[in-house]
Amino acid sequence: MPAAFDEMNDAQGRVRESYANFAQWMATTPPEVIARKRAEADLAFHRVGITFAVYGEDEGKERLIPFDIVPRIISAKEWQRVESGLRQRVKALNAFIHDVYHDQEIIKAGRIPAQQILANSQFRKEMIGVDVPGNIYAHIAGVDLVRADTANVSGEYFVLEDNLRTPSGVSYMLEDRKMMMRLFPELFARQAIAPVEHYPDMLLNNLRSVAPVGSNDPNVVVLTPGQFNSAYFEHAFLAQQMGVELVEGNDLVVRDNTVYMRTTDGLRQVDVIYRRIDDDYLDPLAFRKDSALGVPGLFAAYCAGRVTLANAVGTGIADDKAMYIHVPEMIRFYCGEEPILSNVPTWELSKPDDLRYVLAHLAEVVVKEVHGSGGYGMLVGPTSSKDELELFRAKIIADPARYIAQPTLALSTCPTFVESGIAPRHIDLRPYVLSGKDVSMVPGGLTRVALKEGSLVVNSSQGGGTKDTWVLEN
Amino acid sequence: MLSSTADHLYWMARSVERAENAARMLDVTYNMSLLQRTAVDPFNEWRAMLSISGLHVDFETRYPEPSAENVLYFMALDAQNPGSIYQSIFKARENARAVRRTITSEMWETINHTWLEMRRIQEETIPEDGMPRFFEWVKEQSHLYRGVTIGTLLQDDAFRFLRMGTFIERADNTARILDVKYHILLPSPAEVGGAADFYQWSALLRSVSSFESYRKVYRDVITPQRVAELLILRGDMPRSLMACMNEVNRLIVELGGPRSAELLRRSGMLHSELRFGTVEEIFDFGLHEYLSFFLERIYELGDLVNTTYFWSATE
Repeated sequence: MPAAFDEMNDAQGRVRESYANFAQWMATTPPEVIARKRAEADLAFHRVGITFAVYGEDEGKERLIPFDIVPRIISAKEWQRVESGLRQRVKALNAFIHDVYHDQEIIKAGRIPAQQILANSQFRKEMIGVDVPGNIYAHIAGVDLVRADTANVSGEYFVLEDNLRTPSGVSYMLEDRKMMMRLFPELFARQAIAPVEHYPDMLLNNLRSVAPVGSNDPNVVVLTPGQFNSAYFEHAFLAQQMGVELVEGNDLVVRDNTVYMRTTDGLRQVDVIYRRIDDDYLDPLAFRKDSALGVPGLFAAYCAGRVTLANAVGTGIADDKAMYIHVPEMIRFYCGEEPILSNVPTWELSKPDDLRYVLAHLAEVVVKEVHGSGGYGMLVGPTSSKDELELFRAKIIADPARYIAQPTLALSTCPTFVESGIAPRHIDLRPYVLSGKDVSMVPGGLTRVALKEGSLVVNSSQGGGTKDTWVLEN
Repeated sequence: MLSSTADHLYWMARSVERAENAARMLDVTYNMSLLQRTAVDPFNEWRAMLSISGLHVDFETRYPEPSAENVLYFMALDAQNPGSIYQSIFKARENARAVRRTITSEMWETINHTWLEMRRIQEETIPEDGMPRFFEWVKEQSHLYRGVTIGTLLQDDAFRFLRMGTFIERADNTARILDVKYHILLPSPAEVGGAADFYQWSALLRSVSSFESYRKVYRDVITPQRVAELLILRGDMPRSLMACMNEVNRLIVELGGPRSAELLRRSGMLHSELRFGTVEEIFDFGLHEYLSFFLERIYELGDLVNTTYFWSATE
């Protein structure tokens, strides 16, 4: 693999302009001061404990997601382009979801094969003809971006995947910033870095803007599967930051198509539910009957337009990896524009030609499950052993439609503290795009870093860490 | 406030209080059992302990005999006994964890620390002579919990539900402790008023930290009537039924709510009975009978708190 694009240093080893300030600070700050600050960060994250912890049987063994103090810095100009690309993409995705559950114009126009949509397990027949406020489905979208050199462009941004169901991680973005400001206030004084702390306010405004018609002072709640869910900390964190109630299924009750929460002063109506529960578990009357997490009657109230669910039911149809390849076409179809952000070239293994090519080049590509997530069930060809490759080859041949493949991108790297000092490690970026009355986002997002040398998998479940993300204001 | 939050707070406080009172009850039983005498039944006190806790059936299925060692383990450390101190502390911590963002971090840390210690102690299995020290520790943890709650928590409805849990549980437990005398039969009626009798009443007073108060209030020998008066009717005794119902009744009035009418009525009735009752009436009625009737009604009151504020058992 060729050397990857590095965010801080160019191919000649010169510091890029966006990092000039930071590099100067690094050069003039004694290493022992930096070491002390890093230890301080570790200690602080440990002390708040819960912050990055997964609840387990043993309180002492809670997992912390490693935090790296070298920020990922994006110039204002670069971000401008990324932001317009994200707006365009999320608008098209929302339009697409509305379309597939209504007139299905995109199918009629022959742009996407009907069977790919209608036979997709993520297509929710129950949503056909259901109207949602503002025709917004993906109120919160986490769009994963990576950066790599291409033949023509150095450090081009690519969309790796769209997360339109219940994207998580935004609490890390907020905690990372809080930590950096606490450890290195002088860095924030040296240059204008776009703030991200107002994300919870933006989220609350966004959720209130999609309340059912007629709710004057919408009551918003966060619905969590409960304290044993690995993202429970984030659910509780966001509820607290927004100043709304964190509820579980048992706290809600539906009467006459209206959703209420049980309070010590009686029932109180709920208008908007920011749910962090999958569609399948929302309502045992409509979906999985064995769900103890959901609220019986919720879906009927939803269809009657008495409550808003964010994200909407059925958004999975637009973020599955088989649909991903069609997003550029969606942008052309619904926005009448050329996509600003590119997709990573993708082979569909259900196509015989693509399958043949991928099987012949297995050691060079990345193979992913169409419905997989979290970095599980994927193959990274160049870093896999012969046995692993053969094992995966057999899996693909058994069920090709289950997989897609992409060239192994040399994901950009960012200097990162590792045991042996500072070394480049691969990163990605997940901005959070909010759609309601308007589309809004805080500059940047969550930068994840693969801490293992050479690893391209940034997921926290696979040993990834996080970094603060700075978008410079000028 | 969300009903489920109130529910967790209430049970968190009840569990802490239950652990403390179990320690008190075990402590008094332990002391009584040390009284050397030729007993009709060598396990008399321990049997009584199980019976007033209502846990004798569960005990008998798993233990051969109510020896001091068995009952102490069962009531203090047995993870399978839902009424053990170990389980109460576990429940307090589980409930606290569910409302971590409602309680203060100091409260959480206190309860969590108690639980971690409890787990360590349980693994060590304390020797019998270490039991009094263990009971002291449990009481200290409960004092600590109460102190940190009063010292750090905003006095809003969350605070009221916590206090409600504390005092409903304490009312129940004090009534049970007082009833222990009924369950411990003296070898012969002749011993009533004798040394053994005196020893038992004073151990009972000590178990609810009331021995010194008794001396202060009555400046006289210990009689059953006065012990009963002190622990049932005196509002200035912090563990008395009267003191508990003063709090419970006031909390219910303050909490109010659209569904609280029946709860208010029942709590008001129980409260005025204590307020205007006399110890003579109680003894005419029979102390054991009176306490049993009280326990029944405090249980109903707890049930009504559930349906009024937590919605459990409704719908």
